[in-house]
Amino acid sequence: MPIAIDMPKMTDTMEEGVLVEWAVEEGDNIAAGDVIAQVETDKATMDVEAYDDGVLLKKVAQAGDSLPIGGLIAILGNEGEDISGLLAEHGTNGTVAAAPPEEPVSVEPKPIPVETAPSGDALPAAGLPTNGRTKASPLARKMASDHGLPLVNLIGSGPGGRIIKRDVQAQIGRAPAPAAAPAPTYVPSDRSVDSVRISQMRKVIARRLAESKYTSPHFYLTADVDVAALITQRTMLNDYLAKSGGPKVSFNDFVTKACASALVQHPDVNVTYAPDDGVILRYNYVDIGVAVAIEDGLVTPVIRDAQQKTVATIAQEIQALAVRARDKKLTPEEMEGSTFTTSNLGMFGIESFTAIINPPNACILAIGGIRDTPVVENGAVVAGKRMKLTLSCDHRVVDGAVGAQFMATVKELLESPLSLLLQT
Amino acid sequence: MAELQLREAIRAAMVEEMDRDEDIFLMGEEVAEYNGAYKVSEGMRDRYGDRRVIDTPISENGFAGLGLGAAMNGLRPIIEFMTWNFAFVAMDQLVNNAAKIRYMSGGQFSFPIVFRGPNGAAGQLAATHNTSVEALYSCFPGLKVISISNPDDAKGLLKSAIRDDDPVIFLESEFMYGMRGEVSDAEDYTIPIGKARIAKEGDAVTVIGHNKSYWRAMEAAEMLEADGYAAEVIDPRTIRPFDWDTVIASIRKTNRCVIVDESNPFASVASEVAFQIQARAFDDLDAPISRVTAKDTPAPYAKNLIEYYLPSAEDVYRACREVMYLD
Amino acid sequence: MALMTKSAVLHNGQSDVSYDTIETKLPFRKYPGDRFTHSDLGLNVADIGDIYRNMLLQRRFEERSAQMYGRQKIGGFLHLYIGQEAISTGSVYALKPGLDSVITAYRDHGIALALGMSSNECMAELFGRKDGCSKGKGGSMHFFSREKGMFGGHGIVGAHIPVAAGIAFAHRYKNDGGVCVCYLGDGAVWQGSFHETLNLASLYQLPVIYVIENNQYAMGTAVDRAAAETDLFKQATSYKMPGSLVDGMDVFSVCQAMRDHVALARKGQPSLVEIRTYRYRGHSMSDPGKYRTKEELEAKKNEDPILRLKSYIIEHQLITNEALDVLDVEVKAEVAASVTFADESPLPPLEAIYEDVYTQKDFPFLKI
Repeated sequence: MPIAIDMPKMTDTMEEGVLVEWAVEEGDNIAAGDVIAQVETDKATMDVEAYDDGVLLKKVAQAGDSLPIGGLIAILGNEGEDISGLLAEHGTNGTVAAAPPEEPVSVEPKPIPVETAPSGDALPAAGLPTNGRTKASPLARKMASDHGLPLVNLIGSGPGGRIIKRDVQAQIGRAPAPAAAPAPTYVPSDRSVDSVRISQMRKVIARRLAESKYTSPHFYLTADVDVAALITQRTMLNDYLAKSGGPKVSFNDFVTKACASALVQHPDVNVTYAPDDGVILRYNYVDIGVAVAIEDGLVTPVIRDAQQKTVATIAQEIQALAVRARDKKLTPEEMEGSTFTTSNLGMFGIESFTAIINPPNACILAIGGIRDTPVVENGAVVAGKRMKLTLSCDHRVVDGAVGAQFMATVKELLESPLSLLLQT
Repeated sequence: MAELQLREAIRAAMVEEMDRDEDIFLMGEEVAEYNGAYKVSEGMRDRYGDRRVIDTPISENGFAGLGLGAAMNGLRPIIEFMTWNFAFVAMDQLVNNAAKIRYMSGGQFSFPIVFRGPNGAAGQLAATHNTSVEALYSCFPGLKVISISNPDDAKGLLKSAIRDDDPVIFLESEFMYGMRGEVSDAEDYTIPIGKARIAKEGDAVTVIGHNKSYWRAMEAAEMLEADGYAAEVIDPRTIRPFDWDTVIASIRKTNRCVIVDESNPFASVASEVAFQIQARAFDDLDAPISRVTAKDTPAPYAKNLIEYYLPSAEDVYRACREVMYLD
Repeated sequence: MALMTKSAVLHNGQSDVSYDTIETKLPFRKYPGDRFTHSDLGLNVADIGDIYRNMLLQRRFEERSAQMYGRQKIGGFLHLYIGQEAISTGSVYALKPGLDSVITAYRDHGIALALGMSSNECMAELFGRKDGCSKGKGGSMHFFSREKGMFGGHGIVGAHIPVAAGIAFAHRYKNDGGVCVCYLGDGAVWQGSFHETLNLASLYQLPVIYVIENNQYAMGTAVDRAAAETDLFKQATSYKMPGSLVDGMDVFSVCQAMRDHVALARKGQPSLVEIRTYRYRGHSMSDPGKYRTKEELEAKKNEDPILRLKSYIIEHQLITNEALDVLDVEVKAEVAASVTFADESPLPPLEAIYEDVYTQKDFPFLKI
């Protein structure tokens, strides 16, 4: 009997996957465990393995196709086997008409599905793919239209990313009321709009960050750090490392190390607010997520137990992770479970910025660039080197003083960087 | 305000109207000598005699049709069905005659008649004794359908139904006959047909429920109150004609709606209410309309199954939280 | 006034009879044809002319309506009464106009015209026009006239039988002296409503007469193919009411029988009358009539109640042949005029669709 290879669920948040590349051809002999294709999920590009032996009878999905979990990718079996029955079970696009929705009541498993649609009449689970259509409640649509807000600019917090009343209200509250003036007349020109498919990663970024921004009340603490000593220290360290063949250490690595140390001293910042369970989780380890920009998005690989690692080790790990991130080779495990995150836009000449907290963290540190600035020292204006750090805090769990004390420690550590090197 | 049982309120309405109008009579199984299967008509035979309070043999089709003929010829009958489950054998009279003769006669004959009795679930009686008929009869233009949830509405609406010149299907409940409640003792107390009652005001979600489902709606509203949300509960009271204005005004305020209906789901009252809401208040909806109904099966006998079959307050509460995007 | 009259002495609800005293003789009356003369019935020449004209009007009206059906002026079903006119006319002559009530099934043109409803309003109803007796909302099967005591033609077999009991109940309740005559076909006898209602009528002693117009065929099913007991009048015994068998091709027999039964009803005794008749046309316009032979049909035509009355009139030298011909011309002219009237009557306006559903004028109909 031919065997269906379906789109597997590869991450906890995955809803669909894009088949990026085939690793095998029709007619190839496949052994269980062979990689047959690569799939882009919301988090990473991952290998799909065969679980059975056989000949690849048909590639049902083509490179570039997006399939929901359970969608038919390929059919495996013995040479010459009839696969029409198996194909008929799936829709013409290779997907089962609808994934059986999760029912609170247990349903007798069917021995062999013969219908093309599930027998239950339950509503489709929220969040099924929407073919790029913006989902919004009728009220939200009308409110957005009344306020001149394009729906595409809104981020939905409802099921499956549906834009609902509160999402529009939040946007209206932020944006100034639309001007009563008539819309400006445009001179027609040779303009065009490209329509680009929203990637899985983009959808997840959109959803998670919107959720964070709307559910965690953010406040921001900015510290201006004197990095003159850090610059000297870094040069010395890099010279030393160059001799021993190790990779260079960046300012970012120092900041990461400083955060790790400060978080040990201020455990109330190294937390997760979990209201559904009625608890605040306080971690006795520091796993720092480092935001890395990649081709069409952003990932946050995690440095585990950063509090136990030296600056050099941290530097090494971040570099390795960044390379893997850009190659989309990170595994979901490498991106999950941070307790704190840093984000650095200094290399783009950004002096300071505020970042959106990366759930389930309570805080994120936004790192600005080092700049030359006049400073007053002993009553005289002299040239100084400064770096702005801005901490975003979830006020539900981190109060102003707690955040400020943490920032004071980070600043102190960076301004006396030897202490950072002395720490493990 | 007097506190009356539901059965007493229904009886009070009939007695007040029969005292007022000689053309009104009550007919049904066990209504006279036995004093009513559920004691609704207790004492009425003593008061009015066999001429006006009349026992029938078990011939629903026969006495329902007899009532219609009497109405056609100038009387104002009240026909009691021991339960609406037993009226299925009289459906021809209700559907073809009560609802349609006026129309087919070009308005020459009208039917000032009330068919009343308990409707819907009545416990561990299995499938044939647990049917909800409100959606069914509301399908037929020519009929009016009232479904009451408390003694005050029962009295005020039954008096209006008896006075109405059109045929009225009046739905009560075995479970509620003993329920006590304040009843207005205003002289000649009537409640207009076709007007819903806002039982509880709120802005978080609109919950619509009639008959027993009204109480499930109220219980769910209390649970939401504990969560800090004020649900608006509407008892439509009349199913046909339905008071769309009250419901739509509420939806405009809450932007979401849960309909509680102990009928089976397909083509239920909940179905039509949901349709009308989306048609009339599409742009006011922030969530899909939700409904809580009986399961899409015949009613079972076993205690756990019949409890599972019927809408519970917990079901309504969960549906509310869902349309409020709380879960 | 107690509604229930229980003649037998009761013990615990059971009748006090022994197995030895069960009544086996059935008290039925017979009204065969050619037994009653016009003088027996106290009818004068004017009455006879009137009766003849009345029956002829039904015949000519229906012949013309069959033609109009063929011209597509009439839609839906058209069930013709041709051959049964002695029943409608004969029984109406036993009733008090303006007091008594009549209700029938879907073969209702004859009784409507017999009751004095105009050819114009009846033909306009068949045409589906505004001036029809039911404003064009009922059609062939649903002729009504409150004024003439016509409580309707009813399209569902057996559905009107309980309604008749209710009409009689109201006569009795109001004590206005009126009675209700309910016509039904031989097919309706086997509906449960017939049996439920005869029991109720007898139990409550309602002033109602159930008249079975036995035209031998329920649509295409002959009586003996549907009935275990083909003497339909015998059903009366189960409900402890008088029953009669009447020759429905003789208008005088019908009239006499109905007078006797109406008299019983006025005293609060319901009863059952079986009138045997014959329908010359198909069940409806679409009926090819394959269930009976041409010979049978031809034989029955010799019994045509109108020809039979005409022979009686000539034989008894009551009215001249020429005068009867003039009557026929007059009736044909009336029917022709009704066709013109119906044709010229406007169609019901579309807004009329919402009228007459409820007495309530502002009922909020769903329009979406």
